[in-house]
Amino acid sequence: MSEYNFAYLDEQTKRMIRRAILKGLAVPGYQVPFASREMPMPYGWGTGGVQVSAAVLTPDDTFKVIDQGADDTTNAVSIRAFFERTAEVATTTSTEDATVIQTRHRIPEVSLQEGQILVYQVPIPEPLRFLEPRETETRKMHALEDYGLMHVKLYEDIARHGHIATSYAYPVKIEGRYVMDPSPIPKFDNPKMSDNPAIQLFGAGREQRIYALPPYTQVVSLDFEDHPFEASKPDQCCSLCQSTTSYLDEVIVDDSGKRMYVCSDTDYCAARVRKQAA
Amino acid sequence: MYVAVKGGERAIENAHAWLAEERRGDQSVAELSVDQIREQMSLAVDRVMSEGSLYDPDLAALAIKQSRGDLIEAIFLIRAYRTTLPRFGGSEPIDTAEMDCDRRISATFKDLPGGQVLGPTFDYTHRLLDFKLAADGETPEVNERPAEIEAMPHVTGFLNREGLIEEAVDASDAPPRDLTREPLELPADRSLRLQALTRSDEGFTLGMAYSTQRGYARNHAFVGELRIGTVPVEMDIPELGFAIEIGEINVTECETINQFQGSKTEPPQFTRGYGLVFGQTERKAISMALVDRALRWEELGEDFVGAPAQDAEFVLYHADNIQATGFLEHIKLPHYVDFQAELELVRKLRREVQAEETLEAAE
Repeated sequence: MSEYNFAYLDEQTKRMIRRAILKGLAVPGYQVPFASREMPMPYGWGTGGVQVSAAVLTPDDTFKVIDQGADDTTNAVSIRAFFERTAEVATTTSTEDATVIQTRHRIPEVSLQEGQILVYQVPIPEPLRFLEPRETETRKMHALEDYGLMHVKLYEDIARHGHIATSYAYPVKIEGRYVMDPSPIPKFDNPKMSDNPAIQLFGAGREQRIYALPPYTQVVSLDFEDHPFEASKPDQCCSLCQSTTSYLDEVIVDDSGKRMYVCSDTDYCAARVRKQAA
Repeated sequence: MYVAVKGGERAIENAHAWLAEERRGDQSVAELSVDQIREQMSLAVDRVMSEGSLYDPDLAALAIKQSRGDLIEAIFLIRAYRTTLPRFGGSEPIDTAEMDCDRRISATFKDLPGGQVLGPTFDYTHRLLDFKLAADGETPEVNERPAEIEAMPHVTGFLNREGLIEEAVDASDAPPRDLTREPLELPADRSLRLQALTRSDEGFTLGMAYSTQRGYARNHAFVGELRIGTVPVEMDIPELGFAIEIGEINVTECETINQFQGSKTEPPQFTRGYGLVFGQTERKAISMALVDRALRWEELGEDFVGAPAQDAEFVLYHADNIQATGFLEHIKLPHYVDFQAELELVRKLRREVQAEETLEAAE
């Protein structure tokens, strides 16, 4: 498609985004403001992730897109098609073969490698947002490393429910400094962020923020000594590949509400099924 | 089975084909042309241009056609197109005192130099459905006379001479920050706030303005002047060394005159609110002026009374309908991973509550 520049955005814009990414990598977990552009898909559909992907993609890259862990959900299909059209990059569903993976709400089950980039779509980048709605205040709190409010919230959860009542977008602390929103991944995925060989980039289009984790960054899920963090998932196994360790989706299969559990990571599940058949 | 959301490729294609068919509607009815929309739905075109931040009536009309008349969708199409355009530079500030006015009214002075010009307004129409229009929309010929070329100076200028109204100060000669090229960061100065307001959602801005009238940071606004018309746009061409006219645009300008008792820092005088919007968009321009005035509490030394319209962060972060509609509508995208995590949590909490209840019952 020749009417648009490679990967849709013009080079000036990509340069501006890359500067934000580099700043983010230099200060892991810090939210860098950037001049987010209006993309041809709506805010909320992954415009932040799309802009980050557009800025890091090169013609030699192999691109994978997942939404809820799956390559074939409608929005993943749509974003993959967007870059097939505007960047003509090779695409894949295989986690191992991809050099850039854009994701919404999941981290792939297969461990990532050095050289890979994982791009997260982020709706609300501010982990303190629902405790303090004002951006002017939350930026101050990050600057002063004032995270008391967050600890009080977690403590109140335990006092009321006996547990920390956050099951996704579970807050993490980066290298002992910034509290960061991991995007709405289930807390099951949180441990995969830490010490990961891949570069992890986070783009929030509507909120105009980019943040990043360089390879092998320490990411700690917030908890208390007597209430340690627990990466939970349904205590079931996948009906298709029998995995007991992957994150599962619950699917209602008949009118009486019978359920089955299947891997949310479709590539992981399909690869296991193929191996078992061989 | 709902799992059909997987394997989305064919579903998307089919949905697009269906959408195209619905957009066209009954094929036995003549198709709407872009020219017809531009000429006969011109107020919709104006809204799309102003909130889309792109002055191009043909593209706005096309967007309205493509969006089946959903104006926020049309605004979105224009915004997405706009970001792909190269930026050649900035124009000189337009001079609205030199406007060729189609409409110019003042609610504060009965008569004034240049006169009151009612123009094409709905204001004094009776809102009765015109059934004749259903059959025949042609208008009868009317007598025309050449326009009287008379200067129409701004009303606020007269008050200014007496020192009754605050000076409109040029904040600085520095070019204003560009909201479409820089992230919005607070505090936002007035030029940035006005920039955000001129492309803000009409409904949101109207609601905010209305809330000030009903007492949430009431600022006693009079429409000092409302003018609609065309102004030339000039741009400095570096190769030429001077500015040349590159076209003209239709705009609506509203200046409100607001009662002001004085504050700790300012004497009693009238203060100003300002609205400027592409096209004939007077509801929006008046709303913008009221909200602008409410947001100026700090520089005028007024108290923050906690009203939403005074709160720049609240107004500016929620005024953009493309941001708002995107985030609102994205909740219809799949969220089953998060929901699964919530399911597990709620089940666990319920199990514990039930176990406790059983224990209590046993005691």
